[in-house]
This record gives sequence, C-alpha cells and structure tokens, in this order.
Amino acid sequence: MLTRRIIPCLDIKEGRTVKGVYFENIRDAGDPVELGARYAAEGADELVFLDITATNEQRKTFAELVRRIAHHIAIPFTVGGGISSAADVHTLLHAGADKISVNTAAYRHPELIDELARLFGSQCVVVAIDTRYEEGEWWVYINGGRIRTFTRTVDWAREVVDRGAGEILLTSMSHDGAKQGFALDITRQLATTLPVPVIASGGAGTMQHFLDVFQQAHADAALAASIFHFGEISIPQLKAFLKQHQVPIRD
Amino acid sequence: MDIVIIRYHAGNIQSVLFALERMGYQAVVTDDVGRIRSADRVIFPGVGEASSAMQYLQAKGLHTLIPSLSQPVLGICLGMQLMGSYSEENQTPCLHIFPEQVKRFPQESGLKVPQIGWNQIHELHSPLFEGVKEGAFVYFVHSYYMPLNEATIAKACYGIPYSAAVQQNNFYAVQFHPEKSAQVGEQILRNFIHLPV
Repeated sequence: MLTRRIIPCLDIKEGRTVKGVYFENIRDAGDPVELGARYAAEGADELVFLDITATNEQRKTFAELVRRIAHHIAIPFTVGGGISSAADVHTLLHAGADKISVNTAAYRHPELIDELARLFGSQCVVVAIDTRYEEGEWWVYINGGRIRTFTRTVDWAREVVDRGAGEILLTSMSHDGAKQGFALDITRQLATTLPVPVIASGGAGTMQHFLDVFQQAHADAALAASIFHFGEISIPQLKAFLKQHQVPIRD
Repeated sequence: MDIVIIRYHAGNIQSVLFALERMGYQAVVTDDVGRIRSADRVIFPGVGEASSAMQYLQAKGLHTLIPSLSQPVLGICLGMQLMGSYSEENQTPCLHIFPEQVKRFPQESGLKVPQIGWNQIHELHSPLFEGVKEGAFVYFVHSYYMPLNEATIAKACYGIPYSAAVQQNNFYAVQFHPEKSAQVGEQILRNFIHLPV
C-alpha cells in the first residue's frame, strides 16, 4: 500500500539550516547534510531543501550543497528557492536532486511549468503554492509571501496541474509558524479534487495535527520544519502514533 | 568488479552513482559500446520520457547493444520500461527484452498519477531480493507500469497489481528506485552486484 509521507523541510541560507516563524525571526538549526541524514535515519520519507537567499552567486554554492546531500542521503529530496529557468533545473537535477520546486517564477511565467514537465518529466516538477485566507477566499501569494495576487488558490492549483506539475506543495501562510494545525479545508479541497499528490505545509504543532491532515484533509504528505529541528516531535514517535491510528506509514 | 552505468538522456544517473559510492563501489558512467560490453555489471537507470530516451539510445547504437548483453543487467524505473516491447508513453517501440507492453495507470478510481512515494513489494522470488523482507517498502515515482507476466519476480499494487520487478536470464529490472530506497534499496543493489554469473 502506498504510504502517507512525512517530510522535514530544511530552509537553507548560506549553507546553513534556518527556519522562520511567520517567515521572519530566522533561527539557526544546523548543518543541512547532517540534519538531513539524521532525519533519513529516523525514518523521514523525503526531504525538502529550500534555498531562501537564492541569488545567482549563491545558487552555485547551493548546487554544491545539493551534490553533497545526494552523496550522503539515501532517500528522495526536493530542492527549491529562486528557481526560474530550465537551466537552473538542469543544474540541480544533475547535482542529484530528485525533484525541484518552483513558485514565483512559475506564477509569473506559467509556461515554465510546461517546459519543465516536457524536458524533465512531471514526476520531478513540484509547484509550491503559498496561500492565505482572506475575505472568505484562499489567495495565492508570491515572492516568499510578500506579494498578494488576485488569483484564487484553487484556480492556480488546477492550472499548474493542467500544465504538467507532478505534485503540489501547499503552504498556508495563515497557519505557518502558529503550531495550531494545518489548513484542513484548502488542503482537502485540493487533495480530493486534483489528480496529483498534495503535500500539506504550515501549522504542524502536535502529532494530532498530522493525523488530522491525513485523515480529514486526505493530504498525501505532510511537511514541517521547526517542530522537527527543535525536537518537539520526533519522527519515530510521530510515525508510531500515525500507524497506531491506521494511517498507512512506512516502517 | 567493473560496474558501468549507461549514460543516456535521462535523469537520476548521478543518484545511482552516489548510491554505489556510499556502498563502497566505484562505477563508470558511459555510453561507449565497447566499454559497456566489457563490464561485469551494467546498470540501466532512468527518469524521464520514453520516446526521447529511445531516440538517444538509437543515436548511440545502444538499442541493439543492450538486448545483446550477456552479463547481469539491471534496469531501473524508465530503464525497466524501455526493456519492454512497447510503451504507451508517446506510443514508443522499446527494446523488447521483455515481451510486455508498458501501460499508463488508469486515471479513474481516484488514483493519483504519477504514483509518488513508498509502497510495498510482495511475492519476492529472486536472488535479487536475498535478505529483503516480504512487504518491504521501496520508493516509486512513475506513471507507467509493466503488467504482471511470467518474468515477474516482485509484485506491487497501486489500484491494480503490477510488476515491481522482472527477470529473464541475465536481465533484471525494477520499477522502483533502489538508489533512493534507504537500506532496503542498498541491499537490492548489493545483491545485484553479488549475483552469481
């Protein structure tokens, strides 16, 4: 049986792992390769590495880091942050990344998604969508959550799938960092209507929150950062809890 | 042990190389016909699209070389699909090592395609799975599959049962990614390298 996935996310700045609370107040939580290897050994199903400072100069450094990650870690991982062209994607996949995630560049130039799916296959194209609930609707935000668009999240999600996205990484800015649980309604809406997997992100604070996002919102995977980095929830403990509640989980 | 990874227009070659290095094996990535023919073990990996991969193989003369190899060969993911006779992905005639048509997962019944994630392998019967438990979890990423057939040596189920692995003579192929399947995957790669010839 295909299992639900637990995905620790590592935000990377200048080669180090960081995590913002409400996208601000960045704290340092260690070396990405060591931390990633530790999560893999603990039973993480995949990893996500987001380069949060991607400038052109730093992207080269990031590609070297990706190569080091691929060398040391025997589970799949996705990389994202500032990716804006097929050439960027080629570099990162060639360095050993399994999937890449695009966000703002895909929103500004949606045909990028078609191009990436055609060149590299849908299976490695993750479209990350940052969303916030306002005035009774979920809206797409871009530029790391700094710019609001007037596109409804359900419409954008449908479009990216039609263009060839193989997976959606949905982050609720209304929930991120608050540790009050995932955004169950929008996650459910996408996960139950789209023909591709949906990774829920933002809001994990307890093991029950993971159970809720799998059982109530039917997320295919759940992503979290700080609760893992700071040891608030351990992955083995979380997986045992989910298994005990009949969620299909990898041993 | 001389291990060769076939270079062609496809992703994840680096990951296979890294996995072997973690296990203490050096491998050479090449599309040179003579170099591939003389190797002790040949790995035919791949993530990508079937028709452009076949075009590349044809341009390099690898489409006639691969079926003629006599040492143990391991196809991975797209590599396995290309070892069938035909793929529904862009109606592509393939290498015909296994006389099977590769099909797309049906979109109905709420199945998400591609299948992405960890799934179990069952009914393991091959030295390739020595020391691997029934129901072990391995990592899959694919939209197309090879149906169950006489060469099936491991089954998986995603809406329908299908071939997670096949074997015929010296040709082995797995639909999942051993290079991304943690300890279980490393065991399978090690078993392939240690296969009796």
